[in-house]
Amino acid sequence: MSVSWFLVVSALVFSIGAAGVLTRRNPLVVLLCLELMLNAANIALIAFARMWGNGDGQIFAIIVMVVAACEVCIGLGLVVAIFRRRLPIDVDEIRELHG
Amino acid sequence: METSAWLILLCPLAGTLITSFGFRRLPARATGIVGTLAIAGAFASAFATFVALQDRAEDSRQVVYSAWDYAVTVGVDAKLSILVDPLSVFMALVVTGVSTLIHLYSVAYMTEDRGYARFFAYLNFFVFSMLVLVMAGNFLILIAGWAFVGAASYLLISFWYRRTTATSAGIKAFVINVVGDVGLVLGTFFIFRHSNTLDFLGTFDSASKDFASHNGALTAGLILLLVGAFAKSAQVPLHTWLPDAMEGPTPVSALIHAATMVTAGVYLIARMYPLFELSDGAALVGTIVGAVTLLVAGTIGLAVTDLKRVIAYSTMSQIGYMVMAVSAGAYVAGLFHLMTHAFFKALLFMAAGSLISAMGGEQSLDRMSGFRKAMPFTFMCFVIGGLALSAFPLTSGFFSKDEILGDIAARGGGWWVFVVIGYVGAVLTAVYTWRMIFRAFWGEPCREARELEEGHLHHAEQPFNPATGEIEDTQVGFPGPEHVIAERAGEMRGAMSILAVLALVGGFIQVPFLTSGLEKFLDPTFADSRLDLSPSNGLVIVGFVVGAVISIGGIYTAFVIWVRRPGMSTQIRERFSAAYTLFVNKWYFDELIDLLVVRPWAWFGRFDQQTFERVVVNGLVGSATNVVKAGSAAARALQNGFLRAYAALLVVGVVVVAFYFLVQSS
Repeated sequence: MSVSWFLVVSALVFSIGAAGVLTRRNPLVVLLCLELMLNAANIALIAFARMWGNGDGQIFAIIVMVVAACEVCIGLGLVVAIFRRRLPIDVDEIRELHG
Repeated sequence: METSAWLILLCPLAGTLITSFGFRRLPARATGIVGTLAIAGAFASAFATFVALQDRAEDSRQVVYSAWDYAVTVGVDAKLSILVDPLSVFMALVVTGVSTLIHLYSVAYMTEDRGYARFFAYLNFFVFSMLVLVMAGNFLILIAGWAFVGAASYLLISFWYRRTTATSAGIKAFVINVVGDVGLVLGTFFIFRHSNTLDFLGTFDSASKDFASHNGALTAGLILLLVGAFAKSAQVPLHTWLPDAMEGPTPVSALIHAATMVTAGVYLIARMYPLFELSDGAALVGTIVGAVTLLVAGTIGLAVTDLKRVIAYSTMSQIGYMVMAVSAGAYVAGLFHLMTHAFFKALLFMAAGSLISAMGGEQSLDRMSGFRKAMPFTFMCFVIGGLALSAFPLTSGFFSKDEILGDIAARGGGWWVFVVIGYVGAVLTAVYTWRMIFRAFWGEPCREARELEEGHLHHAEQPFNPATGEIEDTQVGFPGPEHVIAERAGEMRGAMSILAVLALVGGFIQVPFLTSGLEKFLDPTFADSRLDLSPSNGLVIVGFVVGAVISIGGIYTAFVIWVRRPGMSTQIRERFSAAYTLFVNKWYFDELIDLLVVRPWAWFGRFDQQTFERVVVNGLVGSATNVVKAGSAAARALQNGFLRAYAALLVVGVVVVAFYFLVQSS
């Protein structure tokens, strides 16, 4: 099977994730979409690793997972903090850091 | 001798540091004792140096000790060096001796003041600065000491810093002294340019060679040095700060504005005598200014009614004599008068402090009268100081003033003008001194004097500023609640008694035909003088007779005007109302300086602030800031806080970059 198929899937998943990040306002969904984007990248990495018969891409994929886990921890922590302070759960409303 | 010479400087420095850093740990009174002991130590060191100096051969009595070099490179030799010679040791002895007594006086006088420790820290710092000035071995150290002294004077005049009159007097004194500092520094440049050394002895040794073809530069430099001397010694027209400096505590007036600091100008001229002898023009300027000052100050002294200001004007007048003497070449006579003046003027100020205390802070002569019985000791001191100041025969002032006028007369010719001015000044001195004493001590006792006779020291119901009448409190920054008079404080009596004895007998160190102790002692310093002023025997005797007649006549005149015929002073005032107006307004010097210097300068300041700053500064600097502001406003607009907008920008950016590389690679 050609590597192109994998890359097409990866690109589709990535685009869905990016579109979600840009359009959705619920921070939980935004985080989910970010995960989609990261995992789309993982698919591409593993596809390339398989193509070259080399393990480096797989290692990268594992590192990306670790980073993704960390990022989700912080993101969810922020969501909980926002919820506790009874602020709106909406990324557009949380804009106090504007210039 | 080296150790003791350095100790003269180190003792007061140690006193300053201990009192200023340790005042929280030390018990309150201890700062006063430490301060006094430090100065007494300096006096002992000065005395040891004096003894060691006398042991040396006469031609090796000018020694320079150098602690370290600041910058010794091509053309500049800046060292921390002191010059020990008869003149500097003489000055050190006078300064430390009188300072010790005044510190002792202050221990009692300032007891109740909330700023007791601060007072002694400042006072010690002043003595240190003054000793740096007189011991300096080169121009650099001299300038440093000169500036320190000005700063110490500022601190002490504004000692009661919540009194607005005192702070503005301090600022005035400081500004005028800085004018003098500038003169001193510029004058040093003029001299250094041709002598190529900062060292005093080096400059003097080669002066006649260096300035042989640069006499104009020398005269300019010396006149600039004289500006410094005039500012420090309160000579016309830079004198207006001295009467205002009386806002400081009375011991300060006694120490700084009578006995020591204001004589720095006299010392400077005497120290620079080898240069002044090369430039007749500069010496003549000094002589004329001294003569004018002694007349101007004497006439003002006749009219003012503030007790301390009368003494301040008499100080100006006496320093006029000294400046005239040392400029005219009568060095020993000028320094002799410096010494006797330090004794009797410090005594008069101390007695005035006691009298002001008895008046509860009031200083106006109009309100004082009849204190003779109430304050016998203060009265005695006033009489002794007054006799010496008005050169009563056989007191110290008699011999010193006479020697000045005799020496100047010995130059003959046009110099007789200055002798005549000196005698006119002597008449004025006797009259205004005894006017002050008669008004304060004779006549019906005033309320305060009667209370004191009954054993009760008067206190104002509300502490007030004697200059403006404003109500004050007695916390730090204002005078303390209790006043101290000499009759009730042993320290004050002790200090005043010693000075009274010195004011009476101090003149016997140098009596024509009998002794010439001071002249012999100072001779190594002035050995190279080309002027050898020795009045003939006839001149000396005539001088004695004229001096005695003038002094007794002046005192008698004052007695007639203010005691025997009480209404006469008013009559004279009305008869000569024009002169009286001139004198009581201090010859309008304040107004003149205000018109010529202060107002143009203030106008220039306003112009700078309102026009120059608004147009030029705001134009240049303002447009630059506007550019930055506009740029940052644009950058700020992007930071709108929409998280999704940032994400979109990122995605668009990455897509554009990706497309670019795709197009490139194909």
